[in-house]
Amino acid sequence: MQLELRGITKRFGALTANDHIDLVVAPGEIHCLLGENGAGKSTLMNVLYGLYQADEGEILLDGAVQHFDGPGDAMRSGIGMVHQHFMLIPVFTVAENVMLGHEQTSFGGRLDLDAARKRVREISDRFGFSVDPDAIVGDLPVGVQQRVEIIKALSRDARVLVFDEPTAVLTPQETDELMAIMRQLRDEGTSIVFITHKLREVREVADRITVIRLGKVVGEAAPTASNSDLAALMVGRAVELVVQKQQARPGPASLVVENLDVIDPNGLKVVNDVSFTVHEGEILAIAGVQGNGQTELTEAIMGLQPRVNGRVSLGGQVLTGLSVRRVLDAGVGFVPEDRTEDGLVAEMTIAENLMLDRSHSEPFVARGSLRLEHLDGFAEEKKKEFDIRAQSISTPAGRLSGGNQQKVVLAREMSRDLRLLIAAQPTRGIDVGSIEFVHKRMVETRDAGIPVIVVSTELDEVVALADRIAVMYRGSIVGIVPGDTPRDVLGLMMAGERPSEVAA
Amino acid sequence: MSATITPDATPVSVTLESTEIRSWKAPIALAVFVVVAVVLFVVLGRDGATTFRLSSDSDVVQLADWVLPARPTGITVTVLLALLTVVVVALTTMGNRLSARARRMVLAASIVAFTFLFLLGFLTWAAAGAAIPVTGLLLGTVSLSAPLIFGALGGVISERVGVVNVAIEGQLLAGAFCAALVASVTGNPFVGLVAAMIAGVLVSFVLAAFSIKYLVDQVIVGVVLNVLVLGLTSFLYSTVLSVDTAALNTAPRFPRFPIPVLSDIPVIGPVLFRQTLIVYLMYIAVVAVYIGLFHTKWGLRLRAVGEHPQAADTVGIRVNPTRFWNVSLAGAVAGLGGAYFTLDSVSSFGKDMTAGAGFIALAAVIFGRWNPVRATFAALLFGFATNLQNVLGAIGSPVPSEFMLMLPYVVTVLAVAGLVGYARGPAASGKPYIKS
Ligand SMILES: Nc1ncnc2c1ncn2[C@@H]1O[C@H](COP(=O)(O)OP(=O)(O)OP(=O)(O)O)[C@@H](O)[C@H]1O
Ligand SMILES: [Mg+2]
Repeated sequence: MQLELRGITKRFGALTANDHIDLVVAPGEIHCLLGENGAGKSTLMNVLYGLYQADEGEILLDGAVQHFDGPGDAMRSGIGMVHQHFMLIPVFTVAENVMLGHEQTSFGGRLDLDAARKRVREISDRFGFSVDPDAIVGDLPVGVQQRVEIIKALSRDARVLVFDEPTAVLTPQETDELMAIMRQLRDEGTSIVFITHKLREVREVADRITVIRLGKVVGEAAPTASNSDLAALMVGRAVELVVQKQQARPGPASLVVENLDVIDPNGLKVVNDVSFTVHEGEILAIAGVQGNGQTELTEAIMGLQPRVNGRVSLGGQVLTGLSVRRVLDAGVGFVPEDRTEDGLVAEMTIAENLMLDRSHSEPFVARGSLRLEHLDGFAEEKKKEFDIRAQSISTPAGRLSGGNQQKVVLAREMSRDLRLLIAAQPTRGIDVGSIEFVHKRMVETRDAGIPVIVVSTELDEVVALADRIAVMYRGSIVGIVPGDTPRDVLGLMMAGERPSEVAA
Repeated sequence: MSATITPDATPVSVTLESTEIRSWKAPIALAVFVVVAVVLFVVLGRDGATTFRLSSDSDVVQLADWVLPARPTGITVTVLLALLTVVVVALTTMGNRLSARARRMVLAASIVAFTFLFLLGFLTWAAAGAAIPVTGLLLGTVSLSAPLIFGALGGVISERVGVVNVAIEGQLLAGAFCAALVASVTGNPFVGLVAAMIAGVLVSFVLAAFSIKYLVDQVIVGVVLNVLVLGLTSFLYSTVLSVDTAALNTAPRFPRFPIPVLSDIPVIGPVLFRQTLIVYLMYIAVVAVYIGLFHTKWGLRLRAVGEHPQAADTVGIRVNPTRFWNVSLAGAVAGLGGAYFTLDSVSSFGKDMTAGAGFIALAAVIFGRWNPVRATFAALLFGFATNLQNVLGAIGSPVPSEFMLMLPYVVTVLAVAGLVGYARGPAASGKPYIKS
């Protein structure tokens, strides 16, 4: 089905998120939308999906003007969408989530769960996902939740499919699989809109590329364009795609983790006897496929896990058994992997979010009351420094574009007096320009003599930042290797094999 | 560096190790009750015998009375309670030999047995030297619980769709009033029943309109509605109903309709199956709401809207209409509970006759963790505790009635705090959905 957007304009108050955008997606085409954080990509797709009403412009399918009052209308017209922020009900099972909105019923109006299970299995098998239809979605790791979103969109046989940053939480293998699926769907005649910040993916699957900046279409690019050309078109300036960094000059050991176990609510050891050391002025990357205990490991260091054995100490001070607040006070900065769930309070303003974990003492609080002038000054400064694109510092964080939300979390955690920085998926969902900035800041943090832990499923990021790399598999550390270890070795280690020359 | 992979590379453990998590909540709670048992049944044990009357004269099958000597029974019960506690402790410390499932079953069975024994011990002790009419005790439980159950079902539906329903009290009261008035005027209890449902729906309309359309805080609207309905019905009661009580406030009651065969079962029959239409409707409502919520399209969509309205919106479910109509439905169900007051237990309306039942229903919703069946049991527990106090008061027991009055609430606090565990309501309950 041919999709055409003509002159779409969407305003939020004074902000014009989409400014007369024209876009044509031909049947059997993968059309990539590129653009910085806050450029208006998600907004445009939400207009297409009927979630937002455009202020101007029209949507045409196969030449006919459409009028969507809500997503129901859009879906009936054959439009499907994989949302950037999961639109899944956490307490429902996978099958229930997939069937929601177009439920099949059997005798007496009872839900036909078997049919839904079958549908989930069918799609999982067809595309090589392994998803248990009866798992509760909230218990699944984000990577699997993402697949559920995809299954949900596919289960409706959409003829126009929008993927809004589906790969942000996928592993490289999963991404490759997804791209294969997209090609398969394209060859069956589906029109696909694909939004991503990862240039490698763009060049791999795109048939056409449209770049959006500040709500306007700024140009088209050929899939053969080089990474740096694409990046420059997106951001409007030249971008360094590789972090410049000096050889690390590690100081004494600072963070010492000894025989750490983490036991989950089902009694499984999700982290099993993990020991490692991070030196001052060193970046240790924790690599591994999503869901191999990395999340739980970082949470255990923060004091967020209830059942932990073993010992964690920072500069001689024992952290195990301390409350989260004490751990923060000890100078640990933490960027959680799930920003919407653990990183931000969506209803609070950017400024309030920026001081969230320092709301009990100087400089933001004096004699029990907030010092708002100080907070505002600080927030303005951080907004500028981290290039947070928002109308003002009093915008609720939930209104920000995905990448800008991530920048708020980073700004908060990296602006404290740090003795250790733990960043889980720090550049998830942010654009190339901001990745450059964040990577630079991490290296600066390291060079200031602070131990840094980066947890990333992104091999590019691991290789770019790490001085040493610890690979986790099934809750254990397979091995700790130097930062220049070849990718294929890392890849094998991520699958649980221990190269003979790598000591455990 | 150049690490090569050799075929005999050592794979790291393939499955995750598992360990045991122990919770000491249950054993500690049981131990506390054992201490209470020792003090009441043994140290403060009473002499005499307690008679449990299992049948009344009108029953077809007559069961013999059960006579238990108070002190020996108390001691036996205490010993058994202690043994059960030991079992639960053993289960907690060295349960590894049993599968998790078997352990949970044994634990649940032990707690049920414990509760039953404790109750038996308590009744024997409290009624020493007197007789307890078991059927009467249970029958009273059902009548006191019926409006609570309807109210709780209304609460469950409303909260599951995302609107906090503090107005249950108002819906019950409005239902009771309209049922009395309309049934008196028409002389037909069925018309009264319909009127009660309409009254409940009208209260819901106000709640829904203000909270969904005008985004007023749902708790505040609910509280205001309760006060409004109380004021309005009291006013109309003294200005209209009392003017001509015979014509306007003498409702025909539903007759008791014993269900053949079932009503002849000893104990259970007279309690459950020698009831009026409203109570039978209640059984149907509990089952219908349960099946509806968890096994139909209606329920799936309703719960989706209460959990994550935005996600529901993205699959084409219209959030606010769904909320509006289901809150109205909740009002109709709660209205039926109101009708129970005036068309079943008594045949006339009295000022503030619901006396806070709506709030207890609200507690039952939470105690029952937003599940219609559990909420029903919670409501029954409240009804039982209240009726226990009536019965023991009538036969004269050593427990001060003020203490017995506290019982339902003490039980709730204990249950919610300890035994039930973490109770989580629908995620979007109380939050209006605003589209951009
Ligand atoms: N509901 C809303 N109310 C007000 N402003 C909004 C709303 N949704 C988005 N915006 C603003 O519109 C702009 C475009 O946001 P959008 O989410 O479309 O960006 P994006 O291109 O998807 O970015 P990202 O790559 O970070 O996901 C941003 O400045 C954002 O703050
Ligand atoms: Mg976006």
